[in-house]
Parts: sequence; C-alpha cells; structure tokens
Amino acid sequence: MNAPVTPPRPVALGQSHVSAGNALELRGITKMFGALAAISDVTLSVRPGERRAVLGSNGAGKTTLFNCITGDFLPTAGLIRFFGEDVTTFPPHERIRRGLRRTYQISSLFAGLSVIDNVYLACRGVSRNRFSLIRPRRDDALVHAAETLVEAVHLSAEKDRLVGELAYGQQRQLEIALALSGAPRFILFDEPAAGLSPTERRDLVSILTTLPGHIGYIIIEHDMDVALRVVESVTMMHNGRIFKEGRPEEIEDDPEVQELYLGGGHE
Amino acid sequence: MAMTDHAPRFANRADQKLWFERIPAPWWALAVVLLFLPVVANNFWLFQIMGWTFILGMIGLSLMFLAGYGGMVSLLQMTVAGMAGYMVAILGTSGTVTVSLGLAWWIVLPAAFLIAALFATVSGALAVRTEGIYTIMITLAIAAAFFYFTRQNYTIFNGYSGFNLVLPPQLFGVNWRDPVPFYYLSLALASLSYGAVVYVSRSPFGLALQGVRDNPRRMAALGFNVTAHRVAAYALASVFASAGGILLVWQNAQIAPGTIGIPAAIDVLVVAVVGGMRRPLGPFIGAFIYVMLQVFSPDILGFFGFSAERFKLIIGLGFLAVVLFSPDGVLGLWDRWRARRRQQQDQQAGGGAA
Repeated sequence: MNAPVTPPRPVALGQSHVSAGNALELRGITKMFGALAAISDVTLSVRPGERRAVLGSNGAGKTTLFNCITGDFLPTAGLIRFFGEDVTTFPPHERIRRGLRRTYQISSLFAGLSVIDNVYLACRGVSRNRFSLIRPRRDDALVHAAETLVEAVHLSAEKDRLVGELAYGQQRQLEIALALSGAPRFILFDEPAAGLSPTERRDLVSILTTLPGHIGYIIIEHDMDVALRVVESVTMMHNGRIFKEGRPEEIEDDPEVQELYLGGGHE
Repeated sequence: MAMTDHAPRFANRADQKLWFERIPAPWWALAVVLLFLPVVANNFWLFQIMGWTFILGMIGLSLMFLAGYGGMVSLLQMTVAGMAGYMVAILGTSGTVTVSLGLAWWIVLPAAFLIAALFATVSGALAVRTEGIYTIMITLAIAAAFFYFTRQNYTIFNGYSGFNLVLPPQLFGVNWRDPVPFYYLSLALASLSYGAVVYVSRSPFGLALQGVRDNPRRMAALGFNVTAHRVAAYALASVFASAGGILLVWQNAQIAPGTIGIPAAIDVLVVAVVGGMRRPLGPFIGAFIYVMLQVFSPDILGFFGFSAERFKLIIGLGFLAVVLFSPDGVLGLWDRWRARRRQQQDQQAGGGAA
C-alpha cells in the first residue's frame, strides 16, 4: 500500500483505482495574474472518495483553484499531486486521462454536435484510438457506454438533437454526463446547480449522492441546500486564501463564517 | 459520390438498412448524370469545365475539412496542392530536363503526396497555435513565402518559368490527358475524396475535430490533445489538396509560380465560401460556379462592352452577396429554402386536418 504510483494512462473502463494516500493534494498553490494574487498559498488534501465543498464569495478564487487543478492555468508556485503523482506541470489532457474530471460553471459543450456525440467524445477522450479514421460499429463498447450515460442523466429522448438546441437545464445535465465518462476517480463540479429549477436541483442532489463511492469530488456551489447535503467536508475560501475547514454542520454554525459568507444571522 | 451528407447517427436500431439503401434518390440521379456525361458533353465541357471543377473542388474540399470541421481557415491549401504538383514536375519528367529527375511514376506520385503532407504538417504545426484571423495571417504568410521562393529559386523550382510538358503517365495504354479519360480520372478522385471526408466526419477523429472546432478548451478537459488533432487535420487535408494539385499540373501540362500565387490561394477560399463550408459538397458547387463564371463571363462582359478581365469583378460581387446574405454559402440557401418549404407543407397539412 505504499506505492501510490499510477500507471501512465489508466484507460480501463468502469474500474476503480485504489491508491494509498490522498486523491488530491495541493501544497502552497499560488496563482498570480500580474500583481494580483487570485489564490495564495492554498494547501489542501482530499482523500480518495471524499466529497468536499469549496465555499466562498465571488472572487474568492474558487474557479481559479479548479483551473489550476485541471491544468488550464499553471500555478505561479506550489505543487499538485493527483493520486500520489506530481501533475503540477502536466497539460490538461494528461490529467484527464489519469481520472480527473470537471464540469464548468457556464456550460461548456459542443453546440454543433448531437447529445450522443458529445458523450461519445467524452468517452473516446479517455480511451485509445482517439485518432481513428474508422467509424465506430453499432456494437462499439464506447457507443454503448455513451448511451448508458445519456440514459443516466435522463436525456435519452434528446440523444440525436444538436446540443445547441437543448434547454439550459438539459445542458447542465449533459455537463454531468461528460464528467462521468470513462473511469473518473475525482471530479470537480463548478456550480452545477446554477440556474437550475428546484426540481432539477433535487435531481442533481440525487445524482451526486448516488455516485459510486470511490469517486470523490470537490463542489463549488452557492446554494447551501445543495452543497451541504452532498459533502462530508467543507473548505472556506476568502480573498484567495483558505480560512476555515470542517464538517458541514460545523461550518454552518460557525459565527465567523456566517459573518463573512452567509452575510450575518439570516436563516 | 456514394454517401449522404448527413450520415445517420449511431446505432439506430430501427434503421437496419444496408448502406446503399440509405442513399437518397437525388444522389443516384447525380451519379448517373456524372457517369454518362461524356455521352452528351463535348470535350471542352469534360476537360475544361468539369475537369477544372473537380480539381478546384478537391482543393476547396481540403479547406472545407479544415474550416468546416476543424474551425481553421487556412489559406495554405493551394500551396499544398502546388507543392504536390511541383514535386510531380521535379521528380518526374518535364520539358525542363536540366531540373526534372525523370523518376518512375510509382516513385513520383507517392513522393509527391508525402512531401506535400510533410509540408502541410510542418506549416500546420506553426499555424494551429493561433486562432481566427491569426491562422489566416500565418497561412497566408507561408503561402506568400512559398510563392516568392518558387519564383526566385532556379535550382529546384526553375524560377519564373516553372515547368512545362508535365504529362500524366501512359498507364494501361491510356492517354490520361485525353478529355474523356481525364474526366473520369478527376471524377473518380473527386468522388473518393468526397466519400473519404464524409466517412471520416463520423469517425472518432472527425468527431474530435468537430469538438475542437466547437470548444477546444473542453476537448482538452476530456483528455484530447487539441494541438495534435489540429496538426493531424492539416496532414489529412493535404491528401485531398495534393490529389487536386497533381491533376491540375496534368491538366495544364505545366506549373509555374503563378499557379500558386496569392490570387489562387484566395480563389480557393472564395470557392469554399461560395459553395458552403459546412458540408463537403459545398466546395464542389462553389468550384462549378467559379469555373462557369470564369469561362463564360468574358463573353457576357464583352457583349456589354466591358473588358474580359472584369470577370473577377463578377466573382467578387457574387462573393460579397454570399457573405452578406448566406454565410453558409449556396448550400445554406438551399437548406433554408427546403426548410421553409417543409414548414409550409406542414402548415398546409395541419390546416387541412383542422
């Protein structure tokens, strides 16, 4: 159990990887934009299968933190380990192939392709033959995997429609299907409930709470009813720094947090 | 021309027809017309108009593949075609015996495709790190650089005069430059290129390319190496451009810097935009319109007392009209007309039922 080295490209589908140590480990992550520190000295570790919320007001650096973890931004300083492996300087696609996934605050999909093609691409991205010029056969395993995922997010009826024509809530559901493709080990959810109706929020909570136990995640969410119901730990950020960590109920009751984030004693 | 434009989506259980049963009737009609055209058309139509249409269409198709599926507008495709054409002249036989190596056709042709693909890949690798207008600028710069290089370099490209008497090999005892054989040769290569693009568009690579077009950042977040996909698209597109370029050299029996100049590079863009960049059929329609204008507008202009050189004015006005009124080209007009007609029919049917 003391060799948490992952194989270079875990491409197997539906298989859980159990490693010792932390799923995600950030040490002293700092990201400067010019003279402005969007996040400074963030140190954070998440166990495999752990579900955590990152809370904070707008501009607290939450999305920047996600962008550093996925490799969209290289941190100015600090170290990122993913299941024991130092991925600090890896390009995004290399991190994704190791089991990291993310969803976007603003839906980030392929508007000119159909629903099934969107999910198929997500499945293909973490498997072999990404450059294949041969069309997939009807019984292709990835086509099946894509269809299963489309079903899981209740979009089967829309599977041949262009994504650009979907309703907003449906696009959010599709976002989650893309993040679940392949063999995810850790997912970053960036405000998945933003803009959803109360019914859609309930669906979202049920999707998140029924994820396989080995899949850990970090969720950024402003809706406390969603965020605190789907996680076991909470990290509070303010002005680019972590200022408090704890269990959801501790955070909820913390006077300092209420002062800063919940805007004082309402509710 | 044996494929539909909108190939069926994956694994539709109800749709168990064989591939040829899914081809709609208009395509069969087009295939019959093209196959039997030599029965009715004269040599000028077969060789000049249709031959040139297929050639320009193939070079336009390589741009359509990059721009329509990959979102990369490249002004390089005529240069890639010209590179393949030049290689045929340099490695094979031409009237310029001091330069041409006179190698056998079965070395010359693969080498021409390979060198053009290498050129396209290296140029693509330079261009793909840019987006939008900068891609256009970089590819235009490479096209211009290659044009001036061929004009000034005499040891390899024979400078200003280029190469003449570049003829296709006499395979199977056929003179492939005779109008009817050349028509069928260019028809076959154009159909193959078209079919290849339609087929590849639904392959993992083709889908990934369309994903890169719609949202490159998300593609990276799905595990795709976006840069590698873009470069590979340049390499694949070079095959269609090269086929067009080699046919072009054989049709003209010569190649010179003028063949690959900036006006020619822009003509390819005009052809693809006028026809429509969203589907592989577009460039062929654009090429046909371009060739018809090029061939017949001097007569019409002459009739009204204008100089024959003004035909570019007509093409320019046509280009302007298309860009203003139908950004997805003539095919876009056609799609909209059909959509409107279907809507009207639905309304009539609905009105009748009520």
